Amino acid sequence: MKKAYKIEVDCANCANKMEEAAKRTPGVKDATVHFMMLKMTVEFEEGQDSKAIMQQVRKNCKRIDDDCEIYL
Amino acid sequence: MNRKQKKMLARILVAAVMLAVLSAAPVSGPLRFVLYLIPYLTIGYDILIKAGKGIWNRQVFDENFLMAIATVGAIALAIYEKSGDYTEAIAVMLFYQVGELFQSYAVGRSRRNISSLMDIRPDYANIEREGKLEKVEPDEVAVGSVIVVQPGERVPIDGVVVQGTSSLNTSALTGESLPKDVKAGDEIISGCVNLTGVLRARTTREFGESTVSKILDLVENASSRKSKSEAFISKFARIYTPAVCIAALALAVLPPLTRLFLLGLSAGWEVWIYRALTFLVISCPCALVISIPLSFFAGIGGASKAGVLVKGSNYLETLSRTKIVMFDKTGTLTQGVFEVNGIHHNALENAKLLEYAALAESFSSHPISKSIQRAYGKELDRSRVTDVQEISGNGVTAKVDGVEVAAGNDKLMERLQIPYIHCHQAGTIIHMAIDGAYAGHIVISDVIKPHAKEAVDALKKAGVQKTVMLTGDAKAVAGQVAGALGIDEVFSELLPAGKVEKVEEAMRYKPEQAKLAFVGDGINDAPVLRRADIGIAMGVMGSDAAIEAADVVLMDDDPMKLSKAIRISRKCLRIVYQNIVFAIGIKLICLVLGALGVANMWLAIFADVGVMVIAVLNAIRALFIKKL
Repeated sequence: MKKAYKIEVDCANCANKMEEAAKRTPGVKDATVHFMMLKMTVEFEEGQDSKAIMQQVRKNCKRIDDDCEIYL
Repeated sequence: MNRKQKKMLARILVAAVMLAVLSAAPVSGPLRFVLYLIPYLTIGYDILIKAGKGIWNRQVFDENFLMAIATVGAIALAIYEKSGDYTEAIAVMLFYQVGELFQSYAVGRSRRNISSLMDIRPDYANIEREGKLEKVEPDEVAVGSVIVVQPGERVPIDGVVVQGTSSLNTSALTGESLPKDVKAGDEIISGCVNLTGVLRARTTREFGESTVSKILDLVENASSRKSKSEAFISKFARIYTPAVCIAALALAVLPPLTRLFLLGLSAGWEVWIYRALTFLVISCPCALVISIPLSFFAGIGGASKAGVLVKGSNYLETLSRTKIVMFDKTGTLTQGVFEVNGIHHNALENAKLLEYAALAESFSSHPISKSIQRAYGKELDRSRVTDVQEISGNGVTAKVDGVEVAAGNDKLMERLQIPYIHCHQAGTIIHMAIDGAYAGHIVISDVIKPHAKEAVDALKKAGVQKTVMLTGDAKAVAGQVAGALGIDEVFSELLPAGKVEKVEEAMRYKPEQAKLAFVGDGINDAPVLRRADIGIAMGVMGSDAAIEAADVVLMDDDPMKLSKAIRISRKCLRIVYQNIVFAIGIKLICLVLGALGVANMWLAIFADVGVMVIAVLNAIRALFIKKL
């Protein structure tokens, strides 16, 4: 399952780091952050609850860059 | 500018003014330190807080941390040396923030620019109810409803005009500036703007299936595929910052220790720590990290302005390395509009033979069948046709009025073991057999597109080394078209599977760096489009399969767009490489100069911000494609 989320992030490097953080989150199969479109596409592993995972993704992203935001 | 940016601008101005006033004020000692602390904190408090949080979250190597260490270090040195020169630290912070502000402003601008470029989403559809126009959501309109499109409005849903004449501006879709005239019976495509008259149109698709939705979907998802250059940069950034930090640490510690213990000189700690701090200022990879995706984004945006939709930056990259272009003939280089040119060796009257042929082919939508049906010119009564059997790549057999009719190429005749007569004329030959006996053949030929020859020449000029044409047509026809266009190599009489084979063969023998593009009109060639390094579908306003299978979509069927697409991609990639080399080059030079003590912190921050500004401006250049 793939879902796209709108995000807020200030710098391109932070966007790269958000991508890393999202990828590391358990339950996430793959994630891409597109800085120019301010969009994050997350592919979840089979049978996972995307909502709960996204909460964790958001928390992980906040940890690496306090200023970022993911609109869930 | 948004609120965040305005606030930052205010902070920058206030800090700059304070700094200017302070530099004229004759204060010294602790009071001087306290006074200078005010502009420093004004401009840098958020950086310090973020750096603190970064350390707390064990995310040490970010640019906030680097800036915090560099400036705090510079202030500490100024205190230690009793020089009272706090200006440097504040200036570094100030310029860093100016750079950040510029970057965020430039990115925001181009983001808006490009999204407005792609803003072809219709907001509403007009439906007539009891003589009154009513605005409804486009996705609420059912297939077959009649919508009204007024002058100045965007066609919201694909449909067929039932009433009215007008001209449509298709430039948002095709990049073509000449308006297209439409009248009742013509197809209109969503996303075009109605210019002159009121049109009533019967919708042929749902909104979600309409061209405009497909295109928006494609453009919005273009982003998720990253190019090798982008991947390289994110990897580079990941290694670069820690590497520079370690180098800075080494620079701060090793030379003084060497001087102290091996050379017996004074350690000179201040000098080396200062150089190390300069290192840290240079270490931010911003210029690279921002300018590369920005270049690709602008490149894709510019291309879509020209009617070339690229599905991702990786495809833009591949497109720029295209060395071999394989064409499908029909509909790509030729118009795909076939005309019956002659009927030879026929036993029956011309009209009767055509009638049989048209009826036998009446269930096929193949361009050849269509042309026979057109040449026949009368209404087709399909109930006269039974037992239709289509043999892919051969032709068709059917019973017409109970009579066995076979219509197809040489292969069909050989298959049915019917002796046939070769035609001396170049064209597609449809042999006819009626009741098992040869009944003559119909010659159909295709017309070469007006700009096809120039397009092939332009490809050569754009650096394509080899052009190949693949076609299911007979050798004579293929040879004639290829000769007229100056195509290097021709493979003819191929079945759809044969085209895939030819492409695969070519992929095996070509060097890895030279990319192979396949260009087709999207009919029957989805597998080939997928198989090639890069699949280009052209003239596909409305063909879903092609939009899905292709990596690059040319919105109209002018083959000249092909070389334009390649030139756009080349320009974009040139900018990307310029930025990579320029940014990394300047940084390395500054690092060396910093280590040698030639560059001070002022130069370092100028280099950092300057490189970023230039790289961003250069990246935006990818948006301009007019002269290509």
